[in-house]
Amino acid sequence: MAKSRARARKQVRMNIVIAGMVMLGLAVGLGLYAFRGNVSFFASPSEIVAGQLVSGETLESGTRLRLGGLVEEDSWQQSDDGVVHFFRVTDEVQAVKVEYSGILPDLFREGQGVVLTGQMNDKGVFMASEVLAKHDENYMPKEAVDAMKRAGTWKHAEEAEDAGDGSGQ
Amino acid sequence: MHRFANPTRFMKVADRLFPFVSAGFLALLAWGLYGALLASPEDYQQGSTVRIMYIHVPSAYLAVMIYGVLAACSASVLIWKHPLADLIARASAPVGLVFTVLCLATGSLWGKPMWGTWWDWDARMTSVLILFFLYLGYIALLNAFDDPARGSKPAAILALVGVVNLPVIKFSVDWWNTLHQPASLLRFDGPAMPASMLQPLLVMMAAFTFFYLMVLVIRLRAEFAAARIRTLRITGASE
Repeated sequence: MAKSRARARKQVRMNIVIAGMVMLGLAVGLGLYAFRGNVSFFASPSEIVAGQLVSGETLESGTRLRLGGLVEEDSWQQSDDGVVHFFRVTDEVQAVKVEYSGILPDLFREGQGVVLTGQMNDKGVFMASEVLAKHDENYMPKEAVDAMKRAGTWKHAEEAEDAGDGSGQ
Repeated sequence: MHRFANPTRFMKVADRLFPFVSAGFLALLAWGLYGALLASPEDYQQGSTVRIMYIHVPSAYLAVMIYGVLAACSASVLIWKHPLADLIARASAPVGLVFTVLCLATGSLWGKPMWGTWWDWDARMTSVLILFFLYLGYIALLNAFDDPARGSKPAAILALVGVVNLPVIKFSVDWWNTLHQPASLLRFDGPAMPASMLQPLLVMMAAFTFFYLMVLVIRLRAEFAAARIRTLRITGASE
């Protein structure tokens, strides 16, 4: 008799723990869902061109925000003294012109993902104050890439990966 | 299974396994370090900086895995009041904390050359920082009482509340735009990494796991000794 009462108490405690976990999970899940726009680290070029962010905010020139995407191939130019950089950031759907004066991170190159902090000016150019390079999840030995390039089978991995990454939110 | 829930019997088995776990850790660490630092190739984008991965990823895996152990033990403490689960949770928490710190530190050292920043508040980094504070809170709560046994229950509740953070850490890179790249290892279409890099990484993860088991046995011995001293004090005081 005493043993079964102890077992019943354990059962009750287990139910309380499970119910607590379920409710907590629901609460956090709903909370994160409500904040989904704000938790995102950056906005994509498509959102900026459309002037509408995921968080529901509309975009006005002068608002500080983060822009993320790929540096468009053949778009990178430097001023004569090498201080000011001009390039376009794209998510393979839309592209945004960017101007940045400063030192770029090592991983910055065309076709590579970047996250920029700055604001849009009234000419539709994103004036970046900070440039972060984003690297993707693919790792590859240098020799293997060189060999593939020689054989002509090398396909720039970021193009496929990050395009889906940037627009699929 | 229940045979090993008896702490004394569990310790007897653990003590017998201890030399093998220690030897396994040393062998795996030597093999893993050789592979990570010397034998594995440089990355085509990152060069030798990629070698930080062989410390960063195993640390992150242990930080999350040990929290899972902590949470499972905490549920067991709350529901069945297992003394062994309580001891394992107590012994594991500081180890998990150290690996969380290691993960954050190596991530920061890796972020500076690759991304161009030591730290940013993206979802992955912030959720791991929350994990760090959960560990701190758990340890603080556990030791907030004069009688160590009284700390178990509130700390176990905190550990269970923190479990919601684990899927957030894992899936943060998929759910939101983050500076941190998506998963390379645990993903549907297999690891995004050639065998020459994957193999040393897996060996390092195994080495770290053995390290955890080794430290766990050492810390469990200490917890047992402390519990014995407490009982001796109480019985001695009543005489």
